[in-house]
Amino acid sequence: MATPTLVKGARSTRSTIALKLAMAVSGLIFIGYVLAHMYGNLKAFSGEEAFNEYAHHIREIGEPILPHAGALWIFRVVLLLALVVHVASAVALWRRASKARTQKYAVKKNIRSSLSSRTMRWGGLTLLLFIVWHLLHFTIVKVDVSTGDTGSDNPYRLLVDSFDVWWMTVIYLVAMLALAMHLHHGMFSAIQTLGFTNTAKSRARAREAGWILAVVVAGGFSLVPIFTLFGVIS
Amino acid sequence: MAATDPSHTTPLNSAPTQISDDARGYYTPGEPLVDPVAPTGPIGQRWTQRKFDNRLVNPANRRKLDVIIVGTGLAGGAAAATMGEAGYNVKSFCYQDSPRRAHSIAAQGGINAAKNYKEDGDSTFRLFYDTVKGGDYRSRESNVYRLAEVSADIIDQCVAQGVPFAREYGGLLDNRSFGGVQVSRTFYARGQTGQQLLIGAYQAMERQVAAGTVTEYTRHEMLEVIVVDGKARGIIARDLVTGEIETHLADVVVLATGGYGNVFFLSTNAMGSNVTAAWRAHRKGAYMANPCYTQIHPTCIPVSGDHQSKLTLMSESLRNDGRIWVPKNKEDCDKDPRDIPEEDRDYYLERIYPSFGNLVPRDIASRQAKNVCDEGRGVGPMVGDFRRGVYLDFTDAIARLGEDGIREKYDNLFDMYARITGENPYETPMRIYPAVHYVMGGLWVDYHLQSSIPGLFVTGEANFSDHGANRLGASALMQGLADGYFVLPNTIRDYLADGPFEKITEDHPAVVEARTQVEERVTKFLSINGTRSADSFHKELGHIMWEYCGMERSEDGLRKAIDMIRELKAAFWSDLKVLGTADSLNQSLEKAGRVADFIELGELMCIDALNRRESCGGHFRAESQTEDGEALRHDEEFAYVAAWEWGGEGGDPVLHKEDLIYTAIEMKQRSYK
Amino acid sequence: MDLTLNIWRQPDAVTHGALHTYQLAGISEDMSFLEMLDVLNEQLNAAGEDPVAFDSDCREGICGTCSLMINGQAHGPEVTTTCQLHMRSFKDGDTITVEPWRADAFPVLKDLVTDRSAFDRIIQSGGYISANTGSAPEANSVPAPRDKAMRAFNVATCIGCGACVAACPNGSASLFMGAKITHLGELPQGQPERYTRVVDMVAQHDAEGFGGCTNIGECTAACPKEIPLDVISQLNKDLRTAMKQGR
Ligand SMILES: Cc1cc2nc3c(=O)[nH]c(=O)nc-3n(C[C@H](O)[C@H](O)[C@H](O)COP(=O)(O)OP(=O)(O)OC[C@H]3O[C@@H](n4cnc5c(N)ncnc54)[C@H](O)[C@@H]3O)c2cc1C
Ligand code: HEM
Ligand code: SF4
Ligand code: FES
Repeated sequence: MATPTLVKGARSTRSTIALKLAMAVSGLIFIGYVLAHMYGNLKAFSGEEAFNEYAHHIREIGEPILPHAGALWIFRVVLLLALVVHVASAVALWRRASKARTQKYAVKKNIRSSLSSRTMRWGGLTLLLFIVWHLLHFTIVKVDVSTGDTGSDNPYRLLVDSFDVWWMTVIYLVAMLALAMHLHHGMFSAIQTLGFTNTAKSRARAREAGWILAVVVAGGFSLVPIFTLFGVIS
Repeated sequence: MAATDPSHTTPLNSAPTQISDDARGYYTPGEPLVDPVAPTGPIGQRWTQRKFDNRLVNPANRRKLDVIIVGTGLAGGAAAATMGEAGYNVKSFCYQDSPRRAHSIAAQGGINAAKNYKEDGDSTFRLFYDTVKGGDYRSRESNVYRLAEVSADIIDQCVAQGVPFAREYGGLLDNRSFGGVQVSRTFYARGQTGQQLLIGAYQAMERQVAAGTVTEYTRHEMLEVIVVDGKARGIIARDLVTGEIETHLADVVVLATGGYGNVFFLSTNAMGSNVTAAWRAHRKGAYMANPCYTQIHPTCIPVSGDHQSKLTLMSESLRNDGRIWVPKNKEDCDKDPRDIPEEDRDYYLERIYPSFGNLVPRDIASRQAKNVCDEGRGVGPMVGDFRRGVYLDFTDAIARLGEDGIREKYDNLFDMYARITGENPYETPMRIYPAVHYVMGGLWVDYHLQSSIPGLFVTGEANFSDHGANRLGASALMQGLADGYFVLPNTIRDYLADGPFEKITEDHPAVVEARTQVEERVTKFLSINGTRSADSFHKELGHIMWEYCGMERSEDGLRKAIDMIRELKAAFWSDLKVLGTADSLNQSLEKAGRVADFIELGELMCIDALNRRESCGGHFRAESQTEDGEALRHDEEFAYVAAWEWGGEGGDPVLHKEDLIYTAIEMKQRSYK
Repeated sequence: MDLTLNIWRQPDAVTHGALHTYQLAGISEDMSFLEMLDVLNEQLNAAGEDPVAFDSDCREGICGTCSLMINGQAHGPEVTTTCQLHMRSFKDGDTITVEPWRADAFPVLKDLVTDRSAFDRIIQSGGYISANTGSAPEANSVPAPRDKAMRAFNVATCIGCGACVAACPNGSASLFMGAKITHLGELPQGQPERYTRVVDMVAQHDAEGFGGCTNIGECTAACPKEIPLDVISQLNKDLRTAMKQGR
C-alpha cells in the first residue's frame, strides 16, 4: 500500500495521531465519569436512604440555573459524544491497523506488550456491549431480574435485587475485569498519547497510574455486587 | 596558518628515476602524466584562487544540466545534496535499498578538522603536514592542503544539519585525539560518527528529492560508463529488482562508489562493496592509481572459521587501554591465557617500540601481529596452518579503572565482541587480528577530481587523491565530505560551464555498444553453467590476495599470485554457476559481476605492488626494509603516483607516472622507535 | 548443529509465496545467522535450486539492511540486528521459521527481501534540517545543552531497519518516526522547522499505509538500537503542539 508520492498540504488534524488524541481525551472523560460513578455506587454501603438520596441529588445538580435533571442530561450528552468519538476513532484505527498488515505472520511472538494492551479492541467491544446492557438494565428499562418488574423507581432495591442473583453479579464482575484491563493500558496509553511520557521515569509513573486506576475503579465497582451477593448489603 | 606562506617557489625534491624494474614483462611503460589543472602559487592561496578562476554556471542553465552521481555515501550523498541545492538536475544511484545504507555508515571513530578548538597548536598547516607525513609522502600536496583547508567548513555544515556530535558540559563541541596524532582534532558521535555524518548527508539529499532536483535510483547497480566522443555522457545500470538494463544519459558523471577492499574477500567493508563501477570506468579509459595501497587495520575480530563472510572492526581506541601480547613459547598458545604467567608473555609492541608501545601506527601494529603469528605464536583457533590472533588484554586497565570504568568507555565494543565470539572480554583477554579496512588507491583524478576520461569525476574512497600510501584515522570521512560538499561542486562547474552538451539519444552507437556489452555479460554469466558459485571464486581470490598481496609482499609471492589469479580468471569464465534469470532479483548474478571485476583488479594490484620495490605506508615490500625490519622508502625511485591505463583484453596495463614534487614539506623517513 | 528451516519463498512481488522446509547439517555455533543462510544458499546452488534472497550489507549491525523475522521475532531472539545474531543462540535440532518483514507499506520483492522505500519518503517529507551547503554558521556559535545533545544522539542511532514496524501488531512506524522527530527536535538547529516537520512526516507515514500506534511497545522490544518508547510520546507531543498552532 506504499505510495510513491509525497503528501501535499498535510494537516495535523487529519492524522492518526489526531484520532489517538481524540481517543485519549474521550477516554479520560470516561475515566472521570467512572470514578464519580464508582464513588456514587459506594454509597450503597451507607444504606438505602443515602443511596436513593444520592441518585436523586444527581438530578438536582445545578438547579435552579439548570432545569431538573439538566446537569444529568448535560453529562449524558457529553458522555454520549465521548462514546461516539471514542468508538468511531477506535474503529477507524482498527481498520487502518488491519489494512497495514494483510498478510499475517506464520509465527509471531509478543515480547514486551501486556495482555491488556493487546486486548484493547476486543475489550473495548466487550465494554460497549456491557454499557448497552447496563443502560438497559439500570437506566432505560430498569428490569428487576428477581421479580421481572420493570420501571422501578427505587434504585437501591433494583441494585440489591439484581446482585442477589449470582449470574448478574458474575456478568458485572466480568465486565469489571474487562474495564480493569482496558484502564490498565488505557490510562498509560492516554498519558503517552498526550505526550507526557518523555522520559523513562515519567513512563514508569504513567504505567503505575494505569495499575492504580485499574485496581481502584474495578475494585471499587466490584465491592457493591460482591457484598450484595453475600448479603452484607441488603 | 603560518603568517608567511610555508611554500617555496623552488621544489624541495627532485623528480624520481626508477632503476629497479620488478614488474617488467607484466606492463607497458607509458607517457609520464601531469595533472593538467594542478594549481601553482603559494599553497595557502591555491584553492581560493582556483575557486575564483573556475567558471560559473548561470543559475537558469543549471536546471538544463543533467548530473549523474553514482554512490550515496558521504562523498556521493553530500555531492547530490549540494548539486541539487544549486539547482542542477541530479540523478543519484546506489545498489542498496536506501541511500542511507552506504558503507560510510559503518565508520566508527571520528572525523578530523583543523578547528583548533582545544587551542593545542592545531592549524590547517598542521593537519596538512600530518596527512602528507602519515601518507608517507605519496600524496599530492595541493590536494591535501585543500582538504585541510575545507575541513573546518565540514564541521559547520554538519552541525547545521543536526549531526549530534559529542559535546562538553558547556554545550560546545568536544574533540579527541585519534590515530596517534598529538593534537585533539577529531570530532565524534560516540562510536557511530560515520552513521551520523551519513544520515546528515542523506537527509540533505532527501530534502532535494522532495524539492525535485534529485531523483534517486536505489537498488540500481551501475555496470558501464557511456563514453561519447571521448566524454563521459551517462551510465548503464541494472535495476536490481526487475533486472531491467537501463540507460541514463547526462552531461557529466560522478563516481562516488567507495573502496574495493572486498577484493580480499574478507574485509571490514560491506558485503556489496565493489570495484565494478570504478573498474568499468577503468576499462573505458580511466586510469587506476596506486591500486596496491591497502590499509590493514590492526584491531579486528579474528576469523573464526571457513564460513566467515566478513570481518568486524573494533575501534582503534581500544589500544589506548589494552595491552597486546602473545605467548613467548609456542607450546602455550592453546592454553587459557589467564594461566600463562607474566614472564611467559611477550608484549611485543612494547618490547620493539618502547616509546610508542601499543599505540604505533596501524600498519606497524598490523605487520607485527602477522609476524608473531607467522612464527607460530598466534592464539585462538587454527585457521589454515596458523592461529591467527593476538591478545588485547585489559587486565591492567580493569585493575586501574575498575570494570565499571572500562564499561563506561567501551561497553558497546565489549558487547559486540561478546556477541560475535561468545567470550566475555571482561574476564578473558580479547583476541584481535588485522583485517583489510580501506584502500588508498583508486581512480586517478586531477586537482578538479576529474579522471582521465573528461566528464567523469571521482570522489571519496573511489579516487586515489589525498591519502598517499597510508591514511590517518578519521581522515576518510573528512575527505568524503570535503569532496562532496565543497570541492566537487566548485570544480565541476568549470566543466559544466561548457554545457549543456549536444543531446545524444539512446540509439547513439556508443550508447548501444555500452548497453550491449552489459547485456552480453549478463547473458554470459547465466549461460556458463559450470559447477562453482561466484562466492567460491571470490573466496579463492581473497586467499591469494591476502597471502601474497596483504601485509607483506615479495617479488616471488607477487609473481606467483599473478599466475594464480590468471588461472582463477580462466576457471571463473568456464566453471561459474549462476542460477535464476536476468529479469528478476538475482543476488547470485549481482555477485558474479562483482567477482569478475575483482579478479581483474586483483591482478593489477599485484602488478602495481610488484613494480613498487619500496615499502611505503600500507605497502610493505619484503625486499625493502631496514636491518631491524622497518619499512624503507625509496623516494629517489618511487616518489610518483602509478597511474595504470587499461591495456585491452589480454593486453598488459600501461604505466603512467605522475611525479610528486613538494614545495611546502620536506620528505623524511618515518620512525616510531 | 543440525537445523530444520522453514523459509518464506516468493518468486516476485506479485506471485503468492509459501513456507518451504530445508534441512541443514553441520552448522557451527560461531556462524552468524546470515552465514548459516550463506551455507544453505551454497547448498541450494549446488543442487540447482534458486538460492534464498535476503538483504544484508554491512553485517556489523549499523546499515539497517538485514531484516528477518526469525521465529516470530524481528531480528530474532537477541536485542541486535539479524546480521549480528549468532547461531549459538540456537540449539541442535531446532526448527527455525524465517519470514520477511510483513507490512503492506513494505511489500515483499522476493523471498525475504522487502521494499522499505516508504521510510525514505517519510524522511523526504520533512526529516531534515534545511541548511544549504555553505550557509552554515560557525559550529560553536550555537551551543547545544549536553543532555539534549545526548538524547538527540541516542535516538539518532536508529538504523532505519524497520523492525519496529515488523514487530508492531498495528504495523505502525511510530518508533522510527519518533526517533527522527526527537533527534531533530532536541537540537537548537532543529527548532525552526520543528512543527511543520512533525505534521508532514506523520501525514506521509499515514499515507504510506502504516498503522496508528496504540502504545503497545512491541517495537521497543524488537529495536536493535533500543530506541525507547518516549520518542513516541515526544512525537505525539510535538504533533499536539502543532495542532495548537493550527498547522
Ligand atoms: C568499519 C569501518 C570503519 C571506518 N572508520 C572510519 C573512521 O572512523 N574515520 C574515517 O575517517 N574513516 C573511517 N572509515 C573509512 C570511511 O568510512 C570510508 O572510506 C568512507 O566512508 C567512504 O565513503 P564513500 O562515500 O567514498 O563510499 P561509500 O560510503 O562506501 O559509498 C559507496 C556508494 O557507492 C554505491 N555503489 C558502489 N558501487 C556501485 C555500483 N556499481 N552501482 C551503483 N552504486 C554503487 C553504494 O551503493 C554506496 O552508496 C571506516 C571504514 C570502515 C569500513
Ligand atoms: C468505560 C468506558 C471506557 C473507558 C473509561 C475507556 C477509556 C479508554 C482510554 C483512557 C483509552 C486510552 C486512549 C489512548 O490510547 O490514548 C482507551 C483506549 C481504547 N478504547 Fe476505551 N474506554 C472505554 C470504553 C471503550 C469502548 C466502549 C470501546 C469500544 C469499542 C473502547 C475501545 C478502546 C480502544 C480500542 C482503545 C485503544 C485505542 C488505541 O490505543 O489506539 N473503549 N479507552
Ligand atoms: S526505531 Fe529501531 S527498529 Fe525502528 S527502524 Fe529504527 S532502529 Fe529499526
Ligand atoms: S547487514 Fe547492516 S545492519 Fe545487518
